[in-house]
Amino acid sequence: MHAAVVVFPGSNCDRDLAVAFERAGAKVSMVWHKDTDMPKGVDIIGVPGGFSFGDYLRCGAIAANSPICRSVVAHAERGGYVLGVCNGFQILTETGLLPGVLLRNAGLKYICKPVDLKVETSDSAFTTGYAAGSTMTVPIAHHDGNYFADDETLARLKGEDRVAFRYAENPNGSRDDIAGILSDNRRVLGMMPHPERMAEKSHGGTDGAAMFTGLVDQLATA
Amino acid sequence: MKARVHVMLKNGVLDPQGEAVRHALGALGFDGVEGVRQGKVIELDLADGTSEAQVKDMCEKLLANTVIESYSVEMI
Repeated sequence: MHAAVVVFPGSNCDRDLAVAFERAGAKVSMVWHKDTDMPKGVDIIGVPGGFSFGDYLRCGAIAANSPICRSVVAHAERGGYVLGVCNGFQILTETGLLPGVLLRNAGLKYICKPVDLKVETSDSAFTTGYAAGSTMTVPIAHHDGNYFADDETLARLKGEDRVAFRYAENPNGSRDDIAGILSDNRRVLGMMPHPERMAEKSHGGTDGAAMFTGLVDQLATA
Repeated sequence: MKARVHVMLKNGVLDPQGEAVRHALGALGFDGVEGVRQGKVIELDLADGTSEAQVKDMCEKLLANTVIESYSVEMI
């Protein structure tokens, strides 16, 4: 399985994401934001956390219009897999690959702490390693993680079983406690919490590892 | 020529920053501030002949996120 991790100026979780994919058995290529094409044979693109372009204008807005993001969108439109974590989730909403938007946290503070997440669906390559209804603990680290979508979009996400994760205790004001959502073909996942930061024992827990091993298993046999 | 773009959160989208400003005004003794909405003003220096339609296109593609924000364009 071949994963590409996109690097923007201001990304700071790119190496963590690459290591998580590598430890799960994937081959990883790092891709610079000015590149226009993905390496051949990429199965999944990781869009990492951080503060791409200093969060200027809106979080993710400048990155979403960078040359490499045209390839990310084209990859997703061909049915390819994309994982966006934290700033990566913000970027994916700005590209339109995922609905809604991430607003400033309701409490206005940057929050960095482990949180409990409820896995809402195991019906995706990202969550196949988890039982629906189970709880996992992974860190959040964001200032703008307050998920907002209009009523119609929320109803559609729920009706189509596209809410992947909810917070056990809502830390940031997200509507309907949403922490992560899937695209309509279930191949694009955006989530604010960081599974790559809870993927080996030295992280203090391994609850995030099953996402990467699950993806490698699913995509290697695809 | 210039254009001035105003970007505001749409009605119905909570604005926690505006709310914090409202509280701070109350703490300073300014009574009667019933609501604060915070937005952005973006000034563009434009080549002569740039149309308002082009500026609106810029708003749709980058300057505003129309999921949560509305915008207005002032050609000056």
